[in-house]
Amino acid sequence: MATAPPLPGSATLTRDTGGARLTIAGDWTLAHYSNLQHRANELAGSIDSGIAIDIHQLGAMDTSGAFVIAELLGSSRTQALAQDEALPPARRALLKTVGDAIDTYCTGVKRPRDAGFVAALERIGKAMQGFWKQTTKLLAFIGITLQGFLATAWRPRRWRVTSLVSHIEQTGLDAVPILALLSFMVGCVVAFLGSTALASYGASLFTVDLIGFAFLREFGVLLTAILLAGRTASAFTAQIGSMKAREEIDAIRTLGLDPVELLVLPRVLALLVALPLLTFLAMIAGIVGGGVVCMAVLKMSPSMFLSMFQADISLTQFLVGIAKAPVFAFMIAVIGCMEGFKVSGSAQSVGEHTTSAVVQSIFVVILLDALAALFYMEMGW
Amino acid sequence: MTRETVIEVRGLVNRFGSQTVHENLDLDVYRGEIIGIVGGSGTGKSVLLRTIVGLVRPVAGEVRVFGENLLALSDERRSRVERRFGVLFQSGALFSSLTVAENVALPLVEHAGLPRVDAQRLAGVKLALAGLPVDAGRKYPSQLSGGMIKRAALARALALDPEILFLDEPTAGLDPISAAAFDSLIVTLRNALGLTVFLVTHDLDTLYSTCDRVAVLSQRRVLAAAPIDEVARTDDAWVQAYFNGPRGRAATRAAHPGKD
Repeated sequence: MATAPPLPGSATLTRDTGGARLTIAGDWTLAHYSNLQHRANELAGSIDSGIAIDIHQLGAMDTSGAFVIAELLGSSRTQALAQDEALPPARRALLKTVGDAIDTYCTGVKRPRDAGFVAALERIGKAMQGFWKQTTKLLAFIGITLQGFLATAWRPRRWRVTSLVSHIEQTGLDAVPILALLSFMVGCVVAFLGSTALASYGASLFTVDLIGFAFLREFGVLLTAILLAGRTASAFTAQIGSMKAREEIDAIRTLGLDPVELLVLPRVLALLVALPLLTFLAMIAGIVGGGVVCMAVLKMSPSMFLSMFQADISLTQFLVGIAKAPVFAFMIAVIGCMEGFKVSGSAQSVGEHTTSAVVQSIFVVILLDALAALFYMEMGW
Repeated sequence: MTRETVIEVRGLVNRFGSQTVHENLDLDVYRGEIIGIVGGSGTGKSVLLRTIVGLVRPVAGEVRVFGENLLALSDERRSRVERRFGVLFQSGALFSSLTVAENVALPLVEHAGLPRVDAQRLAGVKLALAGLPVDAGRKYPSQLSGGMIKRAALARALALDPEILFLDEPTAGLDPISAAAFDSLIVTLRNALGLTVFLVTHDLDTLYSTCDRVAVLSQRRVLAAAPIDEVARTDDAWVQAYFNGPRGRAATRAAHPGKD
């Protein structure tokens, strides 16, 4: 290490009768990097081939300092300097190593960047292409899942019962408390809204009908599906995605097993069982929530609530609502699993695809629900 | 000859549950040397490395790096000491959300306070020093091969021009050609930058081609710490099996052509 007091690095250009001389002195280290780089940029134009270089007052030097010197002097002079016997061997080795590194690899490749309108168009185009690809992939994955289901359906030995039951527990049973509470509260809110809005027509009794229609047809299944899209689709993606990242999926394939059969089918079937059951629960919880508000605000007795409910609301409402549950379940599970398979390598990728799974499954659920509402209306159900 | 001790381990005890990994372990590492740490699986090579860099708190004993006990320092002073060493983890531990160049530039921006543009340029040089082409800097770690990840991680470990470089199994999982290239890279960098290298490895070729001294971990302590030929003559069943087994003999022949 240098014994001289540490001075910030400097480079001075002097001209006398013997010609130009560049004096490099002080500490050329990372701590002074910005100044040195700045100084080097100033001098860059005035270094010509005949210049003499005096480097003997140089204090400490590290790779960043050596980089600035090597860049300032250019390749051939750096190599010449690295041969200079007057310098200590360690310093020559450092200059040579950095010089070599720059020569070998830093052949400046710069990618031109577009900005503005063209870039915007490019992004729109890419997004459209991405959407299209996404759609075809989803359809393909649905196909693979159905194919896997048909292949195993008539071979009970290949049913993964343990896995299925475990997933039903995780996706169904474990979601009961949060779903029941959520539906109960939404039921209360709908009842409050109904009683307030209908009061001006003197029809606040019809709050009962509002609650019944809302929960049986729409809210029960929709709340459940959205909750499970957030809770279960993300879990599926993270589970399968981290398996993908650690090459476990590849291991399954090389063992001659089918990842769809092992991982996807139990999850899809579990959700097909769990989501309709949870939907039924959400309907009941919502109606109970509405009923509580009716009793509290409209002073309605439980028996009156029930008899009105029975008189006004037909079984069709329930069937129409619950019929959507398996469809939503299938889509949520398939999207969750598919995004898991799309994970590549990094932890970042697991996060991205988990987000994407949640967004997509909520989008698909609401889209399908809107289409179903149109269909039911046309059918007069 | 007086040699400056940069790492001093005294009476180190590490215990996980009922399992004792180190018992009264002593080790000195001198400035400018490449020391290889060998030992069977589970003898606590990586644990020793993690203890020295302050990631594991020992049950007893003392670890001094540059004469300072890391675990007793204030956060700020500890961080200043930590900037004087670089660590290459076994699987690279590159941040997967950043590009390779950003990985290397991160310590430069955070600690050296460089503007981002300068840091990126300097990161390019470090990558070149570690033997990576410049376009590798724009890639993400998941897009790199195993050998390139090791090199990129080495570039990050070298970012702040450390005085000590800790390498945990740097050549594990590399093909022999890349492994040999990595070995010579480490020697070159040591000679050029005056590094002290603390190398945990299983690779006999690496030991023969790079290390000045070898420390053998066995029976929960350092069994021997000396130049490799001396260590290979130690009278211990494990050492004999290690250095004079079929692989050990092959590596010896490669290191000393003409002798057998």
